Amino acid sequence: MSRSEALVSADWVEENLNTPGVVIVEVDEDTAAYDTGHIAGAVKLDWRADLQDPVVRDALSKEAFEKLLSAKGIGNDDTVVLYGGNNNWFAAYAYWYFKLYGHAQVKLLDGGRKKWELEGRELSKDEVLRPATEYRAQAQDTSIRAFRDEAIAAIGTKNLVDVRSPDEFSGKLLAPAHLPQEQSQRGGHIPTAVNVPWSKAANEDGTFKSDDELTKLYGDAGLDTSKDTIAYCRIGERSSHTWFVLHELLGHPNVKNYDGSWTEYGSLIGVPIEKG
Amino acid sequence: MCGAPPQAPTLPPNVDITKETVIYGTVSKGDAPVPGAYVRLLDSTGEFTAEVLTSATGDYRFFAAPGEWTLSVLHNSGSVRQPVSASGPGLVEASLVLS
Repeated sequence: MSRSEALVSADWVEENLNTPGVVIVEVDEDTAAYDTGHIAGAVKLDWRADLQDPVVRDALSKEAFEKLLSAKGIGNDDTVVLYGGNNNWFAAYAYWYFKLYGHAQVKLLDGGRKKWELEGRELSKDEVLRPATEYRAQAQDTSIRAFRDEAIAAIGTKNLVDVRSPDEFSGKLLAPAHLPQEQSQRGGHIPTAVNVPWSKAANEDGTFKSDDELTKLYGDAGLDTSKDTIAYCRIGERSSHTWFVLHELLGHPNVKNYDGSWTEYGSLIGVPIEKG
Repeated sequence: MCGAPPQAPTLPPNVDITKETVIYGTVSKGDAPVPGAYVRLLDSTGEFTAEVLTSATGDYRFFAAPGEWTLSVLHNSGSVRQPVSASGPGLVEASLVLS
């Protein structure tokens, strides 16, 4: 995987708005954004309502993912172009999720909704309806997904990258500061994790930094490229952004996203936590 | 607008402002509030902490912690960068004017 395969520009999207086989998908934490205007023809995925199991804390089952994509009119052979708010956090999460279920052609719009808006590009309020499909997913590819036991076993042996802000890493904050701070879990980070905030991989307009800048960023942080890597954050969305950088842009071979992340780890009984 | 009391931020239910440090305010240009502006909260080292979009009335809100912060705003009509200090839990207002 490389930048040219995984990323598309806003110009490319504008040129391919009506290209058969290209489906544009907006993914947000707050779906009000989509309803105030979206890229013409884009369908909506709600991170919480559509992509989380409604009962168990987990990704959707394979069958539920198939049903969702079928209803949204996304076919197995379609090229899915994802974009969203929050600097593409949730779009990157959806990208990881589409890969988890084996979708062949997925791309991320560089800069997401933010760059599109800052450049004053057109947004539409027209309702988007696509004919239903018969989507078939593959079994989860757990080579890109880490679970809690792997996160604990990685202490001192694999690269652990905590991509939250420095104040969350140290334990001063328990959540990104657009959310209330009262949380049940403890503050701090997994011992031996390095802190490389997701935001260091992005420019202020939400686009990704260059490959050279990214290589230097993780090299300077002490990431050992001979080791496997697990990225985590609070709920697994910002770490999808970093997973995307390491695995899809820089081509590191063994990178997993720990989507249980701090809300799980920081609530486990008896696991080691480092503060400061 | 002269003499109008400052607007308290709209907070979700169950938020305890004796515990939360809420940094809030309005982004404006000229006399008009600016909806859809990207407001970033940076920590004392200048590192990104959070980002929100202003509401239809130009309002933004963060749940931070006591300390020194910087607010940075991007919009297609202008930008602004401004420090803000929170001495303890409670409400801290910062009005941001684009130029």
